[in-house]
Amino acid sequence: MEDKNWEPKVTAFVCNWCTYTGADLAGTSRMKQQSNARLIRVPCTGRIDPLFIIKAFEGGADAVLISGCHPGDCHYNSGNFHARRRWIFFKELLDFVGIDSKRLYFSWVSASEGKKWVDIVNGVIDSAKSEGPFLKYKNLTKEIELNNE
Amino acid sequence: MKIGVFICHCGENIGKTVDCPKVARASALMPGVVYAEDYKYMCSDPGQNLIKQAIKEKELDAVVVGSCSPHMHEKTFRKACSSAGVNPFMVEIANLREHCSWIHNDINSATSKAIDLIRIAVEKVKFNEPLIPIRVPVTKKALVIGGGISGIQAALDIAGAGYQVILVEKEPSIGGHMSQLSETFPTLDCSQCILTPRMVEVYQHPNIKLMTYSEVQNVEGFIGNFKVTIRKKTRHVNEELCTGCGDCIQKCPIKKNASSEFDEGLAKRPAIYVPFPQAVPNIPVIDTSVCTYFKSGKCQMCVKVCGRGAIDFKQEDRLVEEEVGAIIIATGYKLYSIDKKPDDYIYKGYGEYGYGQYKDVVNGLQFERLASASGPTAGEILRPSDKKPPKKIVFIQCVGSRDESKGFSYCSKICCMYTAKHAMLYKHKVHDGEAYVFYMDIRAGGKMYEEFVRRAIEEDGVKYIRGRVSRIYEDCGKLIIKGEDTIAGEAVEIDADMVVLATAMIPQENASQLAQLLGVPYDKHGFFQEVHPKLRPVETSTGGIFLAGACHSPRDIPESVAMASAAAAKALVLFGSDVLEREPVVAKVNETTCAGCFYCQKVCAYSAIERKVLKNRNGNFIKEVAYVNSSLCQGCGTCNATCPSKSVELIGFKDDQIFAEILALAEV
Repeated sequence: MEDKNWEPKVTAFVCNWCTYTGADLAGTSRMKQQSNARLIRVPCTGRIDPLFIIKAFEGGADAVLISGCHPGDCHYNSGNFHARRRWIFFKELLDFVGIDSKRLYFSWVSASEGKKWVDIVNGVIDSAKSEGPFLKYKNLTKEIELNNE
Repeated sequence: MKIGVFICHCGENIGKTVDCPKVARASALMPGVVYAEDYKYMCSDPGQNLIKQAIKEKELDAVVVGSCSPHMHEKTFRKACSSAGVNPFMVEIANLREHCSWIHNDINSATSKAIDLIRIAVEKVKFNEPLIPIRVPVTKKALVIGGGISGIQAALDIAGAGYQVILVEKEPSIGGHMSQLSETFPTLDCSQCILTPRMVEVYQHPNIKLMTYSEVQNVEGFIGNFKVTIRKKTRHVNEELCTGCGDCIQKCPIKKNASSEFDEGLAKRPAIYVPFPQAVPNIPVIDTSVCTYFKSGKCQMCVKVCGRGAIDFKQEDRLVEEEVGAIIIATGYKLYSIDKKPDDYIYKGYGEYGYGQYKDVVNGLQFERLASASGPTAGEILRPSDKKPPKKIVFIQCVGSRDESKGFSYCSKICCMYTAKHAMLYKHKVHDGEAYVFYMDIRAGGKMYEEFVRRAIEEDGVKYIRGRVSRIYEDCGKLIIKGEDTIAGEAVEIDADMVVLATAMIPQENASQLAQLLGVPYDKHGFFQEVHPKLRPVETSTGGIFLAGACHSPRDIPESVAMASAAAAKALVLFGSDVLEREPVVAKVNETTCAGCFYCQKVCAYSAIERKVLKNRNGNFIKEVAYVNSSLCQGCGTCNATCPSKSVELIGFKDDQIFAEILALAEV
């Protein structure tokens, strides 16, 4: 069922103040990157509910990337600390629910790190390519549909 | 809901890599979209008119613009839509330029990404709701913390513009470090001569309420509406009654038990004292740690001599509450004490330089006092140990600065200049003396600064040696300085009579505690942090709190004064309007489902979440729920993600909105 033209889908949740602006900087500096990532802007990584990540995987994302301000640099003083603490627990749970936690990426990218952002995006897309498509959810959905029929 | 989608080509910036007409066609097919169009420059006047016209003709409720980053033109498009009758918060921007066309080459993949980005925005905007900006009133009164030259300048500027200022100074007098200086570079004009008129001006200004010997104890509130508690420490002297005659100081029998803070420990002062003769206000303070009355209950000499009955041993600290709209932090610096540090201390210190061990090794501020006409030697340069003029003096720069192994990584910036000044003053006063300066680099950037250093070298014959000093020790009454001359490539040994160390400037004690009190970030050294190093250098990330002077980073007098005026200008901008408008992106609690666990309160960085008691019609308690103070809430949304029952939502980034964005990317 592997499609030769298959391209991974990467959903990225980024904070408005650091990473989104860093990605803007990559743009204004015309730093070319692969086009598989779709950014969803939130005010702060502290706003990111773990359910967003599950939902993204459910919706067919092959990898999810979360990025915000460096620890200590949060625009909202401490939002990213709460986020970081949340992910430490959540990553374990992700494996438990059957989503390979290797598909979930975290990074800190400041507003001045356009280059770092490009490297991270390319890195995530490359590893998503080598991981292959994320099919567990899709197969499960099919199974449920079959059972219902 | 009727949504209009507008795709901007941005000239060729987007149009070159994204097939804009194709994106517009695809957008038109998205559910909810009733109109889609592309245009060369959407932000231009005709572009904006196009949007306005479509809003009217198609009766749009919401607008999605595919253009540059929202950080660029979100405001522009919100304004345009607002003028055509669409609520500005019903506008979403899809970033097709910075996040798409500029970073990709392949037109096919870029176009399909652009369509995805539009779809995300369209799905989100369906859950947007019309919002009204939050309006908060502004208290047109400023608090300036610190009464050095920066604080004085800021207070005078704001007061001069006609607004009330409270100037808080922790010492008994304003004036700060500048009042301790002898002369100032690069003009060598007397520091007190230019400063004291300003101090008096502050004291007499009808708009300035001066609170000396006071400290800020608590700060609550937010931009335009701070509530400040100031602790007025007791002087044991009634300020209203005291005339500043000084009889008590003259007659105080305790003359030698306390060393003068103003003279950096080089002189003694009585138990009841004013820090220096020109102090403002000229009201004495009793140092209870040495006063005989406070130790044994006897003496009371000051009470006997005071004709006004101003001495009040029973006086206590007083708490004063003030409401202000803006706060300027001008707490200044202190010098890094370079004596040997305890082993577990993070900074190693310079035990090998003998500071604190040899009397004739002094720091820069102590030398200022020795050179000052108002100092303990009346301006004659006499070394502390035997009060003789030193015939050979060595100045060492960068003690603690630019030296991560022993001190700090940063450059203290003013030491090159004041060392040149010190050496010059020395040569002017001790004509047959020799002055040596050990330096790493001479950093004399500033108007007439380089010329000043050249003057010290060429006209006054100060000998500059490029290199570090490894050790200072005493031998036969001389201080032996062992160092190296890296230009000549040889070891140097100088037998000097006195050594002056240009030690690093560090933030005032308790600067980091004050920062925490105010909710303002500070760097790893404890200096206050600005929002943007280039474009917003005097603002902190907390609205309404500004920075002036050396509390931000090492800086000299002209720079501190300039920064203070800049901070004052920022406060005045704030005072220019009666109400502040801010984005209504704040959290809101659903009181019906809130279980009152208050996890949200624990994660809120702004103390914006309060407890609210719900009562029924008869006044009986129903439950306690969280309540968001929307003027304190900054809109990070951490509470939203934390709430176990999803009862608190961040308006503008609600769960519905973000789930809609995520599902916009799902496979159909």
